[in-house]
Amino acid sequence: MATLFQGVGAVTPFSASSSLDSNKLLLPSRKSLSISDSRGSIFVYRSDALNLKAATRKQDLLIPNAVATKGETSTSAKSGHELLLFEALREGLEEEMERDPRVCVMGEDVGHYGGSYKVTKGLAEKYGDLRVLDTPIAENSFTGMGIGAAMTGLRPIVEGMNMGFLLLAFNQISNNCGMLHYTSGGQFTIPIVIRGPGGVGRQLGAEHSQRLESYFQSIPGIQMVACSTPYNAKGLMKAAIRSENPVILFEHVLLYNLKERIPDEEYVLSLEEAEMVRPGEHVTILTYSRMRYHVMQAAKTLVNKGYDPEVIDIRSLKPFDLYTIGCSVKKTHRVLIVEECMRTGGIGASLTAAITENFHDYLDAPIVCLSSQDVPTPYAGTLEEWTVVQPAQIVSAVEQLCQ
Amino acid sequence: MALSRIASSTHASNLLKPLSAALSIRRVISSDSTDPLTIETSLPFISHKCDAPPRAVDTSASELFSFFRDMATMRRMEIAADSLYKAKLIRGFCHLYDGQEAVAIGMEAAITKKDAIITAYRDHCIFIGRGGTLLEVFGELMGRICGGSKGKGGSMHFYRKQTNFFGGHGIVGAQIPLGCGLAFAQRYSKEENVTFTLYGDGAANQGQLFEALNMAALWDLPAILVCENNHYGMGTAEWRAAKNPAYYKRGDYVPGLKVDGMDVLAVKQACKFAKEHALKNGPLILEMDTYRYHGHSMSDPGSTYRTRDEISGVRQERDPIERVRKLLLAHDIASEKELKDIEKQVRKDVDDAIAKAKECPMPDPSELFTNVYVKGLGVESFGADRKEVRATLP
Repeated sequence: MATLFQGVGAVTPFSASSSLDSNKLLLPSRKSLSISDSRGSIFVYRSDALNLKAATRKQDLLIPNAVATKGETSTSAKSGHELLLFEALREGLEEEMERDPRVCVMGEDVGHYGGSYKVTKGLAEKYGDLRVLDTPIAENSFTGMGIGAAMTGLRPIVEGMNMGFLLLAFNQISNNCGMLHYTSGGQFTIPIVIRGPGGVGRQLGAEHSQRLESYFQSIPGIQMVACSTPYNAKGLMKAAIRSENPVILFEHVLLYNLKERIPDEEYVLSLEEAEMVRPGEHVTILTYSRMRYHVMQAAKTLVNKGYDPEVIDIRSLKPFDLYTIGCSVKKTHRVLIVEECMRTGGIGASLTAAITENFHDYLDAPIVCLSSQDVPTPYAGTLEEWTVVQPAQIVSAVEQLCQ
Repeated sequence: MALSRIASSTHASNLLKPLSAALSIRRVISSDSTDPLTIETSLPFISHKCDAPPRAVDTSASELFSFFRDMATMRRMEIAADSLYKAKLIRGFCHLYDGQEAVAIGMEAAITKKDAIITAYRDHCIFIGRGGTLLEVFGELMGRICGGSKGKGGSMHFYRKQTNFFGGHGIVGAQIPLGCGLAFAQRYSKEENVTFTLYGDGAANQGQLFEALNMAALWDLPAILVCENNHYGMGTAEWRAAKNPAYYKRGDYVPGLKVDGMDVLAVKQACKFAKEHALKNGPLILEMDTYRYHGHSMSDPGSTYRTRDEISGVRQERDPIERVRKLLLAHDIASEKELKDIEKQVRKDVDDAIAKAKECPMPDPSELFTNVYVKGLGVESFGADRKEVRATLP
C-alpha cells in the first residue's frame, strides 16, 4: 500500500500497461445516468525530456509524447485547431459534460452570463440551468453544496469568480473537501473540481490579486494543478474532472487570451506531472502559471548570453512531480524557482524544502527562489510591477547562480 | 388530558399486574401487532407559513415497542460511552445524545433509508438509527479498526454510505451547505427522496444556514432543515445567543414547524409531513424542542450554566423513553417485567459490544497514509516530499 520513499536512488518502476487504450473509463454508473461512449482512444501525453534519458530509466514502455511548448505539437501540428485559453478550458469542460451526465458546474454568473471570463459561455443554453447553475453570492455555501453533491456521486465543478473569493469557502475546502475521504474511512469520495482565476492581474488591487495556492497547499487530501497554456489547460481540466480526488485548478487572470494550436483528438494530461518546456544543461528553472512566460522571456536573453537553462513548468503544485524535477537537478545541479506566490510560505518555499531534503547531494549551489514580495499587491502600475518577478531579475539570478 | 389518563391507567395496571399474571388473562394488544393505533401527541404543533399536521399519529403496537427498544439501546450506549470516556478509553471530544433519542428514532420511523440524513458532531445515535452497529460505534470511539470509519474519524465522524448517512461533522454549521448539496443531487437525479439536515440551536446563528436556505428555497431543493433545539449552545443559553429564538420562524420565507422533540410520535408525524412537503414545495424548517442531559461534551459538566433541578425536572416530566414506556403500559402492549427484560438485554448487548470492541486492534501505522487520496486515474500519491507513482488511464 503506502510505501515510504527511502531516498533519491529508488525509482518506483512504472506500471507497464499500455496507455493506448480504447476502453472507456470505468466509472460507477448511477441508476438513471449512464456515461456516453468515449469517442476513441484516449492518449496520455507526457513531457518530452524523460524520453531523452531513456537509458537511465527502468521503464519499458513507449508512450507517445508531445512536447507541450507553445505552437509545437508533434503529431497533429497541421490538423489541430487554434484557440484561446479560455476556449480550451471550455472545450475540455464541454467534452466532459457531454461524456458524463453527472458533471455539473456551479458558480456565480456561470450560466446565463456565460462566466465572468467566458469559460462557461453557451453551456447553460446547451445543458440547462440545473447543470450549469447560477448561484447567489455565497461562496461558503455553494462550495459546501458542491461537496455535498459530490459525496453522492455527482461531479461538480465549482467556479470561484476570483480565487480570492474562495477564502470564504476555506472551511469547506479544508475540512470537508480535503478530509472527508479520510475521516469516513474511505466511504465517500469527493470528485469535485474547484477552479478559478487567481494571480496578479493588471492593477486589480490587493484583494483581487491573491495567490491562494500557498494557503491551500497544506490541506491533506486535495490535489492542486496550475495551467499555463491552452494545451495543458484543456488536458488538466479533463483530468481534474475525471479524477476521483478533489482537485483545485488554478488559472491566471492574464493568461485567458493566450492563443495556441491544440490537437483535434481527445487528450487528457496527467495531474501529477510537470512539463518540460525547454531542455537545457546549466540550470533548472522551476516555474508555473504566468511566471512561465517571464521565464521564457528571460531564457531568450540567457541563451543570447550563452547560458542553457532547463525550464520546467511544474504544473502540479500538490503533489510535486519530484521525479521530473529530480532528474533535472541531477543533470544541472543548480535550481532556480520562479513563482508568483509570496515569499513566505509559498509554493517555492515548499519546493525548496522538498528539493533540499531529497536532492541535497546533487546541488552545487543553494537553491534560489524568486517570489513576489510579501506585500499586498498595490494598485499603482509601477509598484505592481515591482511586486512580481520580472524577466530581468530572472536573468541576473541565473547569472549569479552559474558563477 | 391525555397525560392524566395515562397516569391513572398506569396506576391501575400496576395493581392489575399480579392479578393478570396469576389468571393468565390474554393481553389486549400483543407487542408484535401491526394493527393501527392512533395516539395523540402531547403538545400541538406550532406552524409558520404552513398548515400544521394533525395531532393524531398513526402508529402500531410493534412500532411503539421498537421505539422503546431502540431508544433504550441508544440511551444505554451513550451512558456506556460516558463511562468509557471517564476510563480514558475514549479520548478527545465525545458529545452525547441522551435525552434527544426521540428525534433520531422518530425521524427514522417516518422516512426510508434512501432519504439522506446529515448531522453535526452529536451523531452516535443517528448512526445507530441509520443501521450502524454497536460494535462499529464503540470501535470508532475507541479508535479501533472495527470502527465505522476504521478508527480514523472518531466520535465526530460517523458515516454510513450504504444507508445514506452523511455524517458526522465537527465544524458547527458546515454540514448545512453539504445537506443542501445532497438535496441538490437528489433533485438533479430526479430521485423522490429528501435530505434531513440536522443542526443545533447554536448553529442556527451561522450565516451558512441562511445562505443554504436561500439556495434551497430558490431552487426548490428537497431539503428539510431540522433544528435540534436543546436550548444551550455549549454553555450559552439560547436567549443569550439569539435575538429571535423562534428558530422555526427564522427561515422567513421558508415554512417552519415547531415540534415537541421529546415525543417520538410527534417527531414521526412532523417528519412525515415534512417529507411530503419538501417533495412538493421545497425546503422546510423543523424545530425540535429537545434537551440533552449531559453537558455539551464530556469535558463540560453541564451544570455551570443550568441548574440540576432543571435537568432532573426534564428527566422526570419529558423523558422520551419514559413517555413510550407509559404508552406501552397504558395500552397494555407490554408489561413492566417485559420492559425491564428489554433493558437488561440492551445492557448486555452494549456490554458485549464494548468487550468485543476492546479486543479489536488499533489501526496499523501504514493506515496513516491510506484514504488520503483515492486511486483515481491509477494515481497513488503521498504528498510533496514522497515519490509518487506514475499515472496511467485504465
